Amino acid sequence: MKNKHVAVIGAGPAGLEASSLLVSMGYAVTLIEKEEESGGHLKRWHQLFPNRKAGSEVLAILQNQLNGSASIEFNKEITSVKPFSGKFIISTSDGWVTHADSVLMTTGFDLFDARKKEEYGYGIYDQVITSADLEEMFKTEDSLKIRLGQQPKRFGFVHCVGSRDEKAGNIYCSKVCCVTAVKQAIEVKELFPDAEVYCFYMDLRMFGRHYEELYKEAQEKYNIQFIRGRLSEASENKYGGVIVKVEDTLLGKPLKITVDMLVLMTGMVAPLVTSRIRDLLGLTKDEDGFLAPSDIHLSANICEIPGLFMAGACSGPKTIGDTLADARSAAVAVDKYFKN
Amino acid sequence: MKDAATRFGYSVNKDRQIDFDNNSHDIALRVAAAEPTLNLCISCGTCAATCTAAKFADFSLRKIILLVKRGEVGGLEMEASRCMLCGKCQLACPRGVSTRNLILQINKALQTSKL
Repeated sequence: MKNKHVAVIGAGPAGLEASSLLVSMGYAVTLIEKEEESGGHLKRWHQLFPNRKAGSEVLAILQNQLNGSASIEFNKEITSVKPFSGKFIISTSDGWVTHADSVLMTTGFDLFDARKKEEYGYGIYDQVITSADLEEMFKTEDSLKIRLGQQPKRFGFVHCVGSRDEKAGNIYCSKVCCVTAVKQAIEVKELFPDAEVYCFYMDLRMFGRHYEELYKEAQEKYNIQFIRGRLSEASENKYGGVIVKVEDTLLGKPLKITVDMLVLMTGMVAPLVTSRIRDLLGLTKDEDGFLAPSDIHLSANICEIPGLFMAGACSGPKTIGDTLADARSAAVAVDKYFKN
Repeated sequence: MKDAATRFGYSVNKDRQIDFDNNSHDIALRVAAAEPTLNLCISCGTCAATCTAAKFADFSLRKIILLVKRGEVGGLEMEASRCMLCGKCQLACPRGVSTRNLILQINKALQTSKL
């Protein structure tokens, strides 16, 4: 067992957590990461819902617990994963090759490219940004204040951008955006207490523990307003403000409102590397592009190829907590595979 | 010309869009100050479902709350006055909105805005 080698693809939260567990179980682990450092999307996230824990704090713990016990290969773009007599041969674009007894996919997600929803004006109007852009701005003190110049009066948050939208190619719910919008709306109110904040939503999916409480706090303490309706379009006025058109579906009337900044809650999509590896190995193609486990209830980390495992958001949108639990579960599945 | 247009049945349709920027939000601010639980409403409609007055007249507290929040208060006075203050909605509301005081405050704000 000691000489078994596990290749973990992706050094985001799932890859880091699973690796440290696999190391503690006695396996040799190689993490393969496409970027120059570990952490995935988490390294760009300021605070996490629902308790506003710093993203950097969580990431530091995940990185520290690994503490050099697994080797990490950075800047590696995987070009091929091949099963070969009970093992896997992994090659990358720079000619690097490794052999592994097992492969754990922790390839995560990409953020939906908001430019595809052209009618919302991302990349066209200056004050239309994404939730990820806003999170980056929160990380740097005053960057939002500098960007907006004078005291902003109104902010708008658009839920379900690239999610629950078959025209954008995604039928599914990205799950984390609703509560992220509520969290970010609160953070905006903390920075600009006199500003008004409006969330445009289709349904508010406060599925997790303490999420509904956060939503209630947003209403009660921060006076954040929720308008049920999906934006038809956003356009810019001559002062650089963004005019939003939406139906207030609870009143059955179209509504027009101008905001100083519009934040698009971009959803999660399966990254290219996931589909590349899936196609190379001939794995089942799920309609939504995410990896398909053998059974979503009983074997969420296992697929039809023995020795190949998955964890985290590569098998569908997940919160950080879900991802870490899934990573631990995958490590147990790998261990079970070698012991049987 | 205007006369001819009217007589032949042509006119400019009144815009039914909610013009949030130009609507007055004075009533909403005053009601929220007097009864802060206004902000807790999640538009579930339990109040309207249990309402005694709604059985006989066009009256929905859920809708009135939204109209107040959007600044669509023109012509709202009549509907808002239909509440019989029985308080059933307050027992039913899942978010703890003080509905009875809320409708009193809405009526009061609408009355005083006329003066």
